[in-house]
Amino acid sequence: MSGFDKVVGSYEEAMAGLEDNMTVIAGGFGLCGIPENLIREIRRKGTRGLTVVSNNCGTDKYGLGILLVDKQIRKMVASYVGENALFEAQMMSGELEVELTPQGTLAEKMRAGGAGIPAFYTATGYGTPVGEGKEVREFNGRHYILEEAIQGDFSIAKAWKADRYGNLVFRKTARNFNPMAVTAGRIAVVEVEEIVEVGELDPDEIHLPGIYVNRLIQGTFEKNIEQRTVRSA
Amino acid sequence: MALTREQLAQRVAQEFQDGYYINLGIGIPTLAANYIPEGVEVMLQSENGLLGMGPFPREDEVDPDLINAGKQTVTMARGASIFSSADSFAMIRGGHVDLTVLGAFEVDCQGNIASYMIPGKLIKGMGGAMDLVAGADNIIVTMTHASKHGESKLLNECTLPLTGKGCIKRVLTDLALLDIEDGCFILRERAPGVSVEEIVKLTAGKLVVPEQVPEMVFR
Repeated sequence: MSGFDKVVGSYEEAMAGLEDNMTVIAGGFGLCGIPENLIREIRRKGTRGLTVVSNNCGTDKYGLGILLVDKQIRKMVASYVGENALFEAQMMSGELEVELTPQGTLAEKMRAGGAGIPAFYTATGYGTPVGEGKEVREFNGRHYILEEAIQGDFSIAKAWKADRYGNLVFRKTARNFNPMAVTAGRIAVVEVEEIVEVGELDPDEIHLPGIYVNRLIQGTFEKNIEQRTVRSA
Repeated sequence: MALTREQLAQRVAQEFQDGYYINLGIGIPTLAANYIPEGVEVMLQSENGLLGMGPFPREDEVDPDLINAGKQTVTMARGASIFSSADSFAMIRGGHVDLTVLGAFEVDCQGNIASYMIPGKLIKGMGGAMDLVAGADNIIVTMTHASKHGESKLLNECTLPLTGKGCIKRVLTDLALLDIEDGCFILRERAPGVSVEEIVKLTAGKLVVPEQVPEMVFR
């Protein structure tokens, strides 16, 4: 690696430095646009006591769900955690701490974390269990709660294409939380389907500039589907 | 007769206006997309980052990179756009979505809604529901009027943890269409063949019954 070239040679190198009890922010929505190989590398490494911030926690077999098998996650910050029996069991037994966060607030916490905004006011969650214990302020006759930004020791994300400088292009709804997740990690690791030479991407089509990316790797993806719904021809 | 799921979806869709950007929740709200009135163009917002959601794909169109907020494979309509989750909720919180339709366990006459958690049972999370009810001005809640055991879900005060406070103004149940104004439910329409008395009996919250309560018309 030299200069602005973010490409690393292996998944081991991509996740080097990840230690027990760190916070990892992950992109993806359900199983769509998840950094599946980076998650597998965390599984392989066996890092434990992790706080994981992600909209969901995968399923029993795929995505972040595989980190539950050896109880590598201590705390999960997410908006929706259905479809996962292991998750349910560990949550009920108290081995896994869960902080439910409204989806839009979660996205904004990541965005703020990457943008140097320590906290923000939102009407979301006011008067609900989410607002309990949080500062309330009134603006123009409406109540808002103070939500704090999230930053991670690592962030792991998946994009469609990148150039070697880490300029990223996402594809369809696989974009979801990925851009914000990248910005909120101290070490941002991104895996992509294709790495092209610098200059090949039109600057106007880049969704996220490489300044936010620390390590980049090209992988192959299973792209599992949670709810395959089709209409008849 | 109580409305079927399809009739609920059809009645909701009659509220769609030409040029509306609409977010439809999982379940009956999603079904409403099948009953968009003729001559009305709407654009469906899916909070995972898609504006202009199309129908389910044909077998050969299935794309794992293209799903809706219910994690179902979908397609994009003409004129669709894609954006991040942060941009998606900026749209929602910023009040740019014209209509939100979602389900609930309970609603009360103060406009409070409980829809995401039953204590003691499995907790799955609120997803985008809290942001949607906080951000939208125009919300329709679709739900059954009472439980299978005849317990009203339209209350003076929600018993379950709230999803949002004072944000609901319109409820469509399998028995009636009601508005919420000044701390009361107001009965606007009744399902075909359902009497005002039946509705009164199954509404625990404060209810105002105007002189005329027309039957719903399905256009």
